[in-house]
Amino acid sequence: MSVTAASPHAYLERQARWTWIEVAFWAAALLPFWLTPNYLVLASQIAITALFALSLDLILGYAGIVSLGHAAFFGLGAYTAGLAAKHGWGEPITGLMLGALVAGIVGYAASLIVSRFRHLALIMITLGMGLLLKEAANSASWLTGGADGLQGVKMWPVFNTFRFDLYGYVAYTYSLIVLFLVFLVARRIIHSPFGLSLRGIRENPLRMPAVGASSRAHLRKIYTISAVMAGIAGALLAQTTETVSLASIDFERSADVLVMLILGGAGHLYGGLVGAIIFMVARDQFSGNTPQFWYFWIGTLLVAVVMFLPNGILGGLAKLVSTWRGSFWRGKS
Amino acid sequence: MSALSTRGLDKSFGSLVVASDISFELPQGARHALIGPNGAGKTTLINLMTGMLRPDAGEILLGDEEITALPPEKRVSRGLVRTFQINTLFPNLNALEAVTLAVCEREGMARAWWQRISAYPSAVDEAHAILSSLMLGADCYRPTRELPYGRQRLLEIALALATRPKVLLLDEPAAGVPRDESAELFAAISNLSRDITVLFIEHDMNFVFRFASRIIVMVGGRILLEGTSEEVAADPRVREVYLGKSHHGVRHG
Repeated sequence: MSVTAASPHAYLERQARWTWIEVAFWAAALLPFWLTPNYLVLASQIAITALFALSLDLILGYAGIVSLGHAAFFGLGAYTAGLAAKHGWGEPITGLMLGALVAGIVGYAASLIVSRFRHLALIMITLGMGLLLKEAANSASWLTGGADGLQGVKMWPVFNTFRFDLYGYVAYTYSLIVLFLVFLVARRIIHSPFGLSLRGIRENPLRMPAVGASSRAHLRKIYTISAVMAGIAGALLAQTTETVSLASIDFERSADVLVMLILGGAGHLYGGLVGAIIFMVARDQFSGNTPQFWYFWIGTLLVAVVMFLPNGILGGLAKLVSTWRGSFWRGKS
Repeated sequence: MSALSTRGLDKSFGSLVVASDISFELPQGARHALIGPNGAGKTTLINLMTGMLRPDAGEILLGDEEITALPPEKRVSRGLVRTFQINTLFPNLNALEAVTLAVCEREGMARAWWQRISAYPSAVDEAHAILSSLMLGADCYRPTRELPYGRQRLLEIALALATRPKVLLLDEPAAGVPRDESAELFAAISNLSRDITVLFIEHDMNFVFRFASRIIVMVGGRILLEGTSEEVAADPRVREVYLGKSHHGVRHG
């Protein structure tokens, strides 16, 4: 009867409480400032990619929407922020908001279609929309610079004080803070009644109407939120690198972020973050030696993880930890 | 006024007629059983009434409101709720989360994404109370997939109750539950509030005769007859259907 002794309120509050592992994770995110100050540019790109992966986790890991075209929103955010800065408005914070807004509007429009489909049709639709936007960006070279990329992006200092430097101090600080703030929002969402309903859709879309839920309305909302977050990530990349290339919106980015999320573990909130760290660090290390073999190793890793750790690296760790000391914790609570 | 009624419901898949001219009425607070051999169209009828299938013809009324064209979730929010013959649950949610989800959906709280669930203590309390009333209180923190089968059947009912049904359609609530374990399920159904109108499909004739005030017998997509348990038990056509060539679905006991 030890389990029943806990009240349902205490139980739900415990679910949403910060654990020491989470605190340690975010504390460790500060380590690059001291341990690897030469890699802050990479660190800021990891933070940006992690934010992008987090946005995908909200729709894939929590609502069960598989997308192969999520780079569309990343790219929209990147081009919007980049274009704003190129044409005279280099203020970073409002630039981020602008990128988020544009990605959100397009995301909402796309959600009207996306929320109606599942499985293979959904994958094909997201893939198609991604390819569509990429070609649009490619052919509108008068606006986007096309294959040459968007040049001439000039950023103002953050808060009119912190100028983006060559070593990436400001870039990483800025990216990390934005990542953390968006993460707080994502964390709040998954612990909300809305987040619970999303998990319901993922677990059994058939049951949802039978408990009176309008799954489509939920899916539209989370897809839009996810697009906004992806747009913020894209805008961050444009601002911190002061350029936007077609690579920010192409299929490879959509596929990479999916790989990261699956590696790290979808539906764990931290899965995308861990996946992004592993993917980006590994790419940096491997591609130095043999760039052409980079995807060979990622492919191997992906197959191995999916075969042996179907819930990703975090899912595997969580299972390990819970079997390892499950009886201890259960006895305690 | 009846709680739920249908008029002339027809449904066929190609040349296969699964519902033909189905008309019946459930009075307020009724306890009606829907019986018939496998393939008689009982589950199809529930699917038609709850909106998971669209009828080719006919109409469905909940109270005095016509709901024939309403999507399933809108029927649920108006109080027409079902359970499933095959467990249709949320495997990785625990019972407390699943029932809280249903309560939040009913109250429109599920739109809130900026507040924690713990900010809605009344929803959590109600979910826990529903689970406790069905003897699921002790199991409510275990993931659904780990619950014994009989407990999962109870959770089916708990999820339906969380929507505050006016009319509850129970599709074989004890399907697959060993006979000696079905007692608590039948007890739970017997204890349902008299404010809820109940139509249930069940193959356990002992329970049907004990619990149902009236019985509707379906065969081949049609209503064969409707009557009290005595009338149904005495009817030669029912005996033929059940005891003639097909023993299917009737449990001996």
